Amino acid sequence: MKTELLGVIASFLITLAIAIPLGKYIAKVFKKEKNLLDFMGPLERFIFRICGIDTTREMNWKQHVGALLSLNLLWFVYAFVMFLIQGSLFLNPDGNPSMSPHLSFNTAVSFLVNCNLQDYSGETGVTYLTQLVVLMFLHFMSAATGIAALVVVFKAMQDKVTDKLGNFFEYFVKSITRILLPISLLIAILLVFHGTPASFDGKDMVITMQGDTSHVSRGPAAGMIAIKHLGTNGGGWFGANSAHPLENPDYFTNMVEIIAQCIIPFALVFALGYYLNRKRMGLVIFSVMTLGMLCFLLPTMHAEMKGNPAIAHMGIDQSSGSMEGKEQRFGAPATAYWSILTTVISTGSVNSMHDSSMPVSGAMQMLGMMTNCFYGGNGVGILNYYIFIIIAVFISGLMVGRTPELLGRKIEAKEMKIATLIALLHPLLILSFTALSSWVITKNPTLPWLNNTGYHGFSEMLYQYTSCSANNGSGFEGLGDNTPFWNITAGFVMILGRFLPIIGPLAIAGILAKKKFIPESAGTLRTDTGTFGIMTFAVIMILAALAFFPALTLGPLAEYFSFH
Amino acid sequence: MKTYLLPSLKLTAVLIIICSVIYPLLIAGIAKTAPGQGKGVTLSVNGKVVGYENIGQKFTRDDYFWSRPSAVDYNANGSGGSNKAPSATDLLQTVQARIDTFMKHNPDVKKSDIPSELVTASGSGLDPDISPQGAYVQIARVAKARNISEATLKQLVEKHVEKSWFGPEKVNVLKLNIELNTLQKNN
Repeated sequence: MKTELLGVIASFLITLAIAIPLGKYIAKVFKKEKNLLDFMGPLERFIFRICGIDTTREMNWKQHVGALLSLNLLWFVYAFVMFLIQGSLFLNPDGNPSMSPHLSFNTAVSFLVNCNLQDYSGETGVTYLTQLVVLMFLHFMSAATGIAALVVVFKAMQDKVTDKLGNFFEYFVKSITRILLPISLLIAILLVFHGTPASFDGKDMVITMQGDTSHVSRGPAAGMIAIKHLGTNGGGWFGANSAHPLENPDYFTNMVEIIAQCIIPFALVFALGYYLNRKRMGLVIFSVMTLGMLCFLLPTMHAEMKGNPAIAHMGIDQSSGSMEGKEQRFGAPATAYWSILTTVISTGSVNSMHDSSMPVSGAMQMLGMMTNCFYGGNGVGILNYYIFIIIAVFISGLMVGRTPELLGRKIEAKEMKIATLIALLHPLLILSFTALSSWVITKNPTLPWLNNTGYHGFSEMLYQYTSCSANNGSGFEGLGDNTPFWNITAGFVMILGRFLPIIGPLAIAGILAKKKFIPESAGTLRTDTGTFGIMTFAVIMILAALAFFPALTLGPLAEYFSFH
Repeated sequence: MKTYLLPSLKLTAVLIIICSVIYPLLIAGIAKTAPGQGKGVTLSVNGKVVGYENIGQKFTRDDYFWSRPSAVDYNANGSGGSNKAPSATDLLQTVQARIDTFMKHNPDVKKSDIPSELVTASGSGLDPDISPQGAYVQIARVAKARNISEATLKQLVEKHVEKSWFGPEKVNVLKLNIELNTLQKNN
């Protein structure tokens, strides 16, 4: 157990050690200061020229939203069509079929919005062609979309009064050429040298030592596995995701993958500090996020390492923890750490089957997605956190009797309305759709949806919509979700849970940037102090976590109390 | 939005080429220098491939060390776990049945010595490893089935325990069983 705990601590510390300089670097990229990858300049200028993009034309927030939605609309149509016809296209050595329209809709949306819920299985549901030119392509695109949207907000938070917030295409392309692509390449090389496949050969057949015939699925997976983590996407090559021994061959690759999915969300918080020259603010935000993460991590580690009491009761030693749904090469502590990081950050790749997690862990994983702003996904994590900052500023302002101000701008009714609506959207989507599905299953108890009965069956549905609205993509995979009902309802939850929480903060930031700048004075409520950090933490826990308490009581908490 | 559609379309085409054609081809090229040439690392006996190093296999015979239970029966053109809740009655019944089977084939073993991974299914259903303890508890059975001394087998297992600074200790079952077969020939 000692080496296993050391592995967890090392994973966190290495992430931090990479994220701080990376944050500084990202700030430089978007401030157009001299940086390491300036040699990408000619390539970027070439891309802009042939695409007819003039990066000197700055956009206001509405134009940014327009550019973002144009790109996304095109990708959606492209992905939807490709899945419908993939079976008759080339690069399909395993002869996999095309998708049904509802599965195609779900998968296209899911990868477009950085959710990566997978209602298909990688080995049989997609072809090498669609894995590469649709799924992996969208991994890059959706991650870069999130980063670019965040940079617009960074720009708007500067002191200058303006409605010109830079060029969306420039932010977007640079996110790919300067951040996502080069780092993914490094990660992919590490994976390849530890046994992850990367060649285009199809399924292999071997006769095992006991004489069974076994077919082994393979493919050019390494590149996709690298960006699926770096881009906080989570959609893997194989069905079992990062629990699969080719997708995640050993403890080293497990560390690489868990570090890879955390570095950009961590780094962007530091980037905020460097970009605005408010390092203290970045540090306070990072501390609050880490505190939130630890609140979910510690109970999960404890529950998973303690093991399954029912199996202990049968006389089986539980000193290595609960092993159902887990891999021997990772062990319980690293798996528990992964399951929380992948849910607070919106990656949603899994190295164990979350459906078999202990009840407490299941509750913590869901809370990670319900709050959805402790680190959070690439770019969007801070956008969600930004909404809570606005609300915290407003409430604190009222409490101490000062005009609520954020970085020299007054927060007024319009911004507060947007922030409140966005904050309430998440619980509204999750709870109403879980209620709908619960109603359908009680009316039709023979539907083959649930893999577990009772409280845990309810948790499977609650987890699914939570994962969709948070754009996380992990699942209690026992849920039989490849049906028209699940594919379509989940698809709509994912769309709303993605675009409104991006447009909302962009609107607020755009409106604030045009307001008169009021220099800080002794009467200003400071937003870079520990007190304000705790205030934000309280707002998040009350607004985001407590809203879900009744639902969690019906699911994992009831399961816990009936089990122990 | 209309003004952005044409540049978006062109940008999409360019980025497909960069991210989905050049990038994976580059990695496939680099992978040629990696173990297994990026096709997965295979293990061979007398020049014949008997399996993939990282993909677990089904071992049920008494004269082999067993792998973990698998929800997909070690079918490597799919993957997955049982997705059963830890409290699920059917899961607990399955676990009890596995314990009973194990005790039947290993009558000399104390039940409390069985590590939990030997009676639970992995997440992928293709887990290639067991814990060192998972191998030690099987020594008596394999020794009897093969007529090899327990001390020799203990040495063999110890040789196959992989440990590092971080993470749990493990034994790759396929590698262990391959070498187990060579032992018999020497005796």
